[in-house]
Amino acid sequence: MTSAHLLRLLVFPGLLYAVPAAWVFLWIERKAVARMQRRIGPPFPQPFYDFMKLLGKESPPRPGLEGGLMRAWPVLAAASAAGAVALLPVLPGAGGFAGDLVLLLTLLELPSLFLVAAGFSSRSPFGQIGSAREAALGLATSAVFVTAVLGIGAAQHTFELEALVRAPASPLRWLAIAAIVLCLPAKLHVTPFSVANAEQELYAGALTEYAGPELALWELAHGLEWVALTGLVAALAAPPLATWAAPVWFVGISVAVVLSLSVLAAATARLTVEQAVRFYWRAAALLAVLAVSASWLLGAGS
Amino acid sequence: MNPWSRLVGGCRRRSPWLFHLNAGSCNGCDIELVACLTPRYDVEQLGIRLEASPRHADILCVSGPVTRNTVEAIRTVHAQVCAPKAVVAIGSCPASTNVFTGSPTIDGPLSRHLPVDVFVPGCPPRPDAIIEGVARAVQILAERAEARPSAVDAGARPEGAPVEDEGRP
Repeated sequence: MTSAHLLRLLVFPGLLYAVPAAWVFLWIERKAVARMQRRIGPPFPQPFYDFMKLLGKESPPRPGLEGGLMRAWPVLAAASAAGAVALLPVLPGAGGFAGDLVLLLTLLELPSLFLVAAGFSSRSPFGQIGSAREAALGLATSAVFVTAVLGIGAAQHTFELEALVRAPASPLRWLAIAAIVLCLPAKLHVTPFSVANAEQELYAGALTEYAGPELALWELAHGLEWVALTGLVAALAAPPLATWAAPVWFVGISVAVVLSLSVLAAATARLTVEQAVRFYWRAAALLAVLAVSASWLLGAGS
Repeated sequence: MNPWSRLVGGCRRRSPWLFHLNAGSCNGCDIELVACLTPRYDVEQLGIRLEASPRHADILCVSGPVTRNTVEAIRTVHAQVCAPKAVVAIGSCPASTNVFTGSPTIDGPLSRHLPVDVFVPGCPPRPDAIIEGVARAVQILAERAEARPSAVDAGARPEGAPVEDEGRP
């Protein structure tokens, strides 16, 4: 492991960047929604206050396997989201490896799976309905998301992120990026796709039974998912700069995506599960399939 | 007090999460509580959030005169809120059972069942009064948390234990 690897894992875009960025992105989302509703909104350190407060709260004693699982899921979710952020190719020459795109995809899918598992292990009826909805929506979005990302990889004949990002952007890639962006509101549980955590219907969905430090970790994992997913869009959409201006582009595009998702959340009402799933299987899947088939056809032609 | 608990204590004062429980209220107080979230009052500035699950909450806001069939529910929900916690009684009903006093379907006032920290009187109280009541509850909550040992070694109370050990009058 070289110093470039360590820098990437621990400093940028790894832990030292990812955790504060998670809080900042959660704040931007809440603040933007508040401003859209003509409210003042939470103060800047609010997600940090919430996190620290939750760490200082008790959680109900949960003995046995069920309790162990319930404590494990948020740790695993936060770890895989943080790992996904650390894999993003931002700094030039930070070093990747063949197939890291597949690892990134896996790490991006895992938090949602852990959330489903968490809802079912909590044995709360609200948690179980939330998990079932998350699973239904996850199935629909994952198909689109994975197809779009693999379409980009297939077009460039590489599954290595570094090479992928440095390659010149083609119209094809923009098609796939559009499909990825369409998946973001569902993956981040943002309205109109907030069906899995619909608070007026399901209490807190899969997280109904969570309290204290475990809930704090879930909040952190959610923030890290924001950083990872907007970061993926930013890494793909940023111009292929080999200079140190790359991080500026990366953070700038990430924040822009967070802002636009917040505006979407404030401007829309929640869809039903059927509507949300139908949207992904029809509209978004069309884009992703276009991206993949075009890349395959172009690849066959060249 | 060590720096860690001072930090957590400071954050606790800035992040009170509420859970709203209707114990047979006529909806008047409930509407006023929700009005606190609107642009005019915007309690999110103070870090206040209306949470969906009692497990997430710090402060339990109860409205209504406590009808007989909500007694079990309010005890269960109060036990589900994790320590440190505080209880705010919103409106005149939980304080005195108000116009329902003497009714055979009422088992109030609320202080017979839960240790109430703050009463916010009014029929219904204005949102300003509710915000002031929550702010007082935050103070009480923070002082209570400082008086207790840290959360890590205080997990002795079994889940669903009766509320009698929580200072019930």
